[in-house]
Amino acid sequence: MLHTVNKSSFERNSLQSCINTIDDTSVILLIEDGVISAANNANSSMLTDLASQGRVYALKGDVEARGISSKVANNIKLVDYAGFVDLVVEHGTAVSWV
Amino acid sequence: MKISIQINEGPYQHQASDTAYQFAKAAIEKGHEIFRVFFYHDGVNNASRFTMPPQDDRNVVNQWAELDIKDADGNPELVVCIAAALRRGMLDESEASKNGIDGNNVHPAFRISGLGQLIEAGIQSDRLVVFGD
Repeated sequence: MLHTVNKSSFERNSLQSCINTIDDTSVILLIEDGVISAANNANSSMLTDLASQGRVYALKGDVEARGISSKVANNIKLVDYAGFVDLVVEHGTAVSWV
Repeated sequence: MKISIQINEGPYQHQASDTAYQFAKAAIEKGHEIFRVFFYHDGVNNASRFTMPPQDDRNVVNQWAELDIKDADGNPELVVCIAAALRRGMLDESEASKNGIDGNNVHPAFRISGLGQLIEAGIQSDRLVVFGD
């Protein structure tokens, strides 16, 4: 499954809820304000762990719009909207943590 | 692949409609079919033909209209939830005349219909992606 998270973890706990809930095959795509959680200093250790398994993505345009391109944690993969579409196609059901 | 989209927020207040539009555009460019876009809750405000943003800003309503999402018979597949629309003063011609109101504001690229259309989109499509706040 693909899980999209669109809120910063400073604002809501949707990312934490998502991480607590997902199974071992799910991936997370950070979009909109959710990309704030991709910054090094905003990273929870669980997200780092998932990222090291190659299961965390962030939407490039939203990362750039928030000026945090240079701070994106290692192993978090940046995708454009075409990459977003590919993730939806590849991972089946898409769950939006809105 | 057949993809449908649900949008729960209005334009200019939240990023949901912008993200959904960019997603829909990218999907079409990759050769996928957008089966239906369902505008729910405040998302119905994306259908107002009276939207007049400043010249240097994007026109979210026209952007959706220009994607030209229709079924095989040419009916719009930008679908506005009727209950959410009526309580927010979003009316098409038929709803306006039915309710004795002297105007309508739903853009002709959109159509008003019921929640069953969302369920059907979920059943008929390979994927349903939700954008909200």
